Amino acid sequence: MKDKHAQVYQQEASELLEELEAALLELKDDSTNKELIGRIFRALHTIKGSGAMFGFDNIVSFTHDIENIYDLIRNNKLKVTDILTGLTLDACDIIRDILRGGSPDASIRQALQKQFTQLISGPADGQSGGSSDEDRHEGHETTWRIRFRPRQDIFAAGVNPVLLLAELKDLGPCRITALTDDIPMLEDIDPESCYISWDIVLTTDQGENAIRDVFIFVEDRCDLFLEVIDWPTLADDNSYKKLGEILTERGDIHPNTIQKALGAQKRLGEILTSEGHVTPERIHSALAEQEHVREMRARQSAASAGAATIRVPAERLDTLVDMVGELVTVQSRLSQLAERIIDTDLALVAEEIERLTAVLRDNTMSIRMLPISNTFSKFKRLVYDLSRELGKDVRLITQGGETELDKTVIEKLNDPLVHLIRNSIDHGIEAPDIRAAGGKPRAGMVKLSAEHSGAHVLIKIEDDGAGIDAARVRRRAVEKNLLSPDAVLSETEILSFILAPGFSLSDTVSSVSGRGVGMDVVKKSIDSLGGTIEIASRPGAGSTITLKLPLTLAIIDSLLVKTGDSFFVVPLASVEECVELSRADIEQAHGRHVITVRNEIVPYIPLRKSFAIAGAPPEIEQIIISSVGSERIGIVVDQVVGEHQTVIKNLGKFYRDIQEVSGATILGDGTVALILDVAKLAAKAEAETLVPA
Amino acid sequence: MSKTIMTVDDSASVRQMVAFTLKEAGYGVIEASDGEDALVKLSGCSIHMLLTDLNMPHLDGIGLIRAVRQSPAHKFIPIVMLTTESQAEKKQEGKQAGATGWIVKPFSPPQLIAVIKKVLG
Repeated sequence: MKDKHAQVYQQEASELLEELEAALLELKDDSTNKELIGRIFRALHTIKGSGAMFGFDNIVSFTHDIENIYDLIRNNKLKVTDILTGLTLDACDIIRDILRGGSPDASIRQALQKQFTQLISGPADGQSGGSSDEDRHEGHETTWRIRFRPRQDIFAAGVNPVLLLAELKDLGPCRITALTDDIPMLEDIDPESCYISWDIVLTTDQGENAIRDVFIFVEDRCDLFLEVIDWPTLADDNSYKKLGEILTERGDIHPNTIQKALGAQKRLGEILTSEGHVTPERIHSALAEQEHVREMRARQSAASAGAATIRVPAERLDTLVDMVGELVTVQSRLSQLAERIIDTDLALVAEEIERLTAVLRDNTMSIRMLPISNTFSKFKRLVYDLSRELGKDVRLITQGGETELDKTVIEKLNDPLVHLIRNSIDHGIEAPDIRAAGGKPRAGMVKLSAEHSGAHVLIKIEDDGAGIDAARVRRRAVEKNLLSPDAVLSETEILSFILAPGFSLSDTVSSVSGRGVGMDVVKKSIDSLGGTIEIASRPGAGSTITLKLPLTLAIIDSLLVKTGDSFFVVPLASVEECVELSRADIEQAHGRHVITVRNEIVPYIPLRKSFAIAGAPPEIEQIIISSVGSERIGIVVDQVVGEHQTVIKNLGKFYRDIQEVSGATILGDGTVALILDVAKLAAKAEAETLVPA
Repeated sequence: MSKTIMTVDDSASVRQMVAFTLKEAGYGVIEASDGEDALVKLSGCSIHMLLTDLNMPHLDGIGLIRAVRQSPAHKFIPIVMLTTESQAEKKQEGKQAGATGWIVKPFSPPQLIAVIKKVLG
C-alpha cells in the first residue's frame, strides 16, 4: 500500500521539479518577482513535506536548507543571486536522481549542501526547545488539581471542551465539576459563547506533559491551572485537607472568611453558601477533591497491603448467581404487583428493591468475570509441543489477556481455541524453508488477542501463514454438493464453508488435523455460547478468525412478546425494530411472507404458524425485525409486551433437540417464556421454503 | 452515520495518503486541491471537520480557514492545519484565523487519527 503512495509521490515530485526548474529559469531574468519566489518555495516545500511522509528521508534533509533559503528570500531577508539559482538547479538534478532510486555521489551532495548552508547567515531557524526538562511526575501516581477555564470564544475555534474532559478521563480516575457561576441571565446569554469552566481532580502516573498535551490546542484559548495536590509518599493515612483549606488554597475564598464561618456551629459548606461567600458548585468541587484523594489513598493502601482475595469454590458462586437470578425474577414480580396495586408506599419499596437488585446483579456478575489470560497462557505449551511435532517454528503472541469474560464462557472456550490454534499451526503456518523462500521470517507467528466491543468480547486468532485459499474452499464445497457451481457468494461466505460438518481442505490426515471433524464442533460450541465466527484470509499473508462472544450468559436484556397465550423472549441484541403488520400488508404480498420496511423487502416468519399456536391472529400483528448475520428477518407475534431482564434457565434434556428455542425464563407472575433463537428459527424457515412440501 | 472530513492539500500524494488513512478509519472523505477548490466543494455539502495544508496556490490555508469560519454551517467545526516545524509564524497566523489544532508534517497515519480523535471525538 505504501508503495502505491510512494509512486504517486515520485510522479508528483517529478512534475514539481519541472515546474521548479521553469520558475528558476524565469527568476534568473526577473529576480524580484514575488509570485515566482512563492511558487519555488511551495514546490520545494511540497517536495520536502510529502517526501518525509513516504520515507524519502535523504530528499528531506537535502531540501530542508534550500527551502529555508527561499523562505528567507520570500520574507525579503535574502536576495536572489545567479549563484543561488544555479545551485538550486544543480540541486534539482540531485533530487531527481534520488527520486529515480539512484544514490548520487555523497561528496557532491554534501558539497552542494555546504554551499547552501553558507548562503544562510547565522544558524538556521533552530529546532524548537522541545520538552527537554524532565517530567518528574511521570511514572508516579500523582493527584492533580486542574482548573480549566476556556475563553468565551472557544467554540469559534471549533473546540469541543467536552472532548478535552473525556481525554483527561482516559489518563486516570478523575472527578470533574462544572462551575456555572459565570453563566449570565438568560436574556444576556450568547448561545455561541462558552460560560462554563471546570474543576478537575485527576490521579495519573502520566506526568505533567501528558496533561498539558491534552490542552495543547487550546493553550492560548483558556486559563489553565495545574497543581500537584497529592502523591504517594504524602499519603500516611486516608485523611485529607479540610474543606476550608482546599477552598483557600484554590483562592476561592479568603482565609478570614473561613475563620469567621468556623466559629458558627454548622457545616462549613452550608454556611459559606448561605452567606453567599462562594457558590455551591465550588463547595461541591472542593468536596469532590476531598473524596477523590481519600479514595485514591484508600486504594493505594489496599494495594500495598496486598490485594486481599478469598478463594471460594466455584459452585458457591454458581449458587449465588442462581439465587440472584431468582431474586431478579421475584423483584420483577414485585414491580408488577406494585404497578397494579396503586400504593405509594409499596411503589417506593418496589423501586428501592429494583435499584438494589440491579446493583447486586451487576456485582455478582462481575465476581464471575475472569481474565482470559489464564486460558491464553495454557496455549503457550500447546504451541510449543505442536510446532515441534510438525517441524515448524512458531511463536505465540498474546494480547489483551486482562479482558474479562464470564467464567462459564471461558471454560467453554478452551476446546474451540485449542482447535483453532492447531488449525493455524497445521494448515496456516508453512514449513520454515517455504517461509524463507517466500521472503517471510522462518519463525511463524500465531497471535491470540481479546478485546471488548460493546456487550461482546472479540477473540482473534491470527497467523501469518499461507492463508486460506477461497477458490479451493469453493471447489471443495462444490465437490461435496454443499454449493451449486454457479452460486454467487462473497469471500466471507465462501470461507465460512470450512465450518460445515465433514468439510476438510486437507488431502492427507495428520495426527493433528485434516479429518474434517473439528471446525463444525468449534462452530457448535461457539453457537451454544451465543457467539459468532468470522473468517478472513489474505492469501500468502495469513488468516484471522474472529470469535464474537457475549460478555455473560446468565442474564440478558430482551424483548418480551406474546402470541396467543404463550410468552416468548427475543434477545434484545438481535432486535432492530418493531413494525406493525396489518391485514392489508398481508394481502399486498399475495400470500408470500414478505413486507417492505424502509424500502427493503424483509421476509418474516409467523410465530403462530411455526409453533402451531391455536387461535386467530389479531387484526394488527407486530413484526420484530431482527438481524441474522447480514440479513434482516421478521418474526410475527401478536403483541410486544416490553423490555425484559431475562434470567436464562436451561431447558431439560427432553428439549435438547429443539433448535429454535435456546432456553427459557420465568416471568414475574411465574409463567414460563421460551427464549427464541432467531438465527435457528430463520435457518429452519429457510430450509422449509427451499424443500417443496 | 460516519463523519465526513474534507482534506485540502495541493500535494496529491499527501492528499491520497490522508484520504486513505481516513477511509480506513471509517470516515467519509472529500478531497480538494486548494482553498478555492475547497470553498467550491463546501458550498454544496456539509462536513464535520476540515484538514488543510497551509501553503497552497490560489487560496492558501489561512485564507481558507478564515472563509470557512465565516460560513454559518461550518463556523464551529474543528479545523486542523498541516504545518511543518519551520512554520511557527504560520501556525500562529492559522490559530488566529480560527484553526482548532495542527499536525506537524511528516506524520504517520496513527498520529493523524490521534489528532482527529482529539478534536472530533
